[in-house]
Amino acid sequence: MAALRSSSAAARALAASSRPAIRRPASSVRGMAQLADAAQQSQHAAGENAKMKTFQIYRWNPDTPTEKPKMQSYTLDLNKTGPMVLDALIRIKNELDPTLTFRRSCREGICGSCAMNINGTNTLACLCRIPAEDSKETKIYPLPHTYVVKDLVPDLTLFYKQYKSIKPYLQRDTPAEDGKEYRQTKADRKKLDGLYECILCACCSTSCPSYWWNSEEYLGPAILLQSYRWLADSRDEKKAERMDALNNSMSLYRCHTILNCTRTCPKGLNPGLAIAKIKKEMAF
Amino acid sequence: MAPSFLQREIIHLYRQCLRECRKKPVATQSHFRYFARTEFDKYKDVRGRDIQTIEHLLRKGRRQLEIYSSPSVKDVQR
Repeated sequence: MAALRSSSAAARALAASSRPAIRRPASSVRGMAQLADAAQQSQHAAGENAKMKTFQIYRWNPDTPTEKPKMQSYTLDLNKTGPMVLDALIRIKNELDPTLTFRRSCREGICGSCAMNINGTNTLACLCRIPAEDSKETKIYPLPHTYVVKDLVPDLTLFYKQYKSIKPYLQRDTPAEDGKEYRQTKADRKKLDGLYECILCACCSTSCPSYWWNSEEYLGPAILLQSYRWLADSRDEKKAERMDALNNSMSLYRCHTILNCTRTCPKGLNPGLAIAKIKKEMAF
Repeated sequence: MAPSFLQREIIHLYRQCLRECRKKPVATQSHFRYFARTEFDKYKDVRGRDIQTIEHLLRKGRRQLEIYSSPSVKDVQR
């Protein structure tokens, strides 16, 4: 942590020395000691083997709706940036352009906030390494086929509405025999592995062409995975109702096993398999 | 000339707004009406061919209407 912090201090100094216009507003909040320290470090850190990398980021501002969306380039020295794309984004926001907008929270792949399209693949920025080998630019877009709220922030209202529609909670009328919690066997619990880990980042749903064209009615892989999570739960007693809700031409059967969902899932889950299992249960 | 699909959508949204105004307390209805009017007036200079922008504004307007039409909203200051 200490190493990280000092290196970012050096980075700030570098940015400050090369961009005096940006330094002024930033230096007013930073302490004198820190600034002097950073200046010293920048003397031997800057120059020689700076690994510059350009990021092209989708920008769109809702306050000026008549302006078209555009790509904006930012160049960073990778030696002073953390390994992940999210580190780069945070550094851009801190040092180059505070107006850049994106969602992030846990920076360790458990909240699902930072889902975005990086170099053509939907993934979590916090789990995606900066491709350091090739010197090409990295392109970052918001999740495809979503309405954009601002820059990299997608509007997931519909996604959450659909999640709500499958009633993602335990439905049960009979109380447990001994009045304690509802218990299940180890084998039953095992059926939920690979389902409960889903963090609802929407990477899979927004990578599914079928979902692009029918997002109003088709539930999409993420929601169907969750649907199956409740179908497979041995404690749930509303299985028939849940199946009934899926039994129409749109909700479930718009899945044509394209399997983009499985390929893109940043958590390594398999929504395609879960959907196949639902289809199997509905068929027999 | 008959109004286009988008124009009809816009007029429909505005009429919906005015209808929602009537559900508010009588004393503040004029505030809501004025607010709706200014929200539409803000973007009167958007060109008719700029479909992306108009669709975005329509979505935004519908979302705003949904929020303001909640019965807990009693008054609006411009």
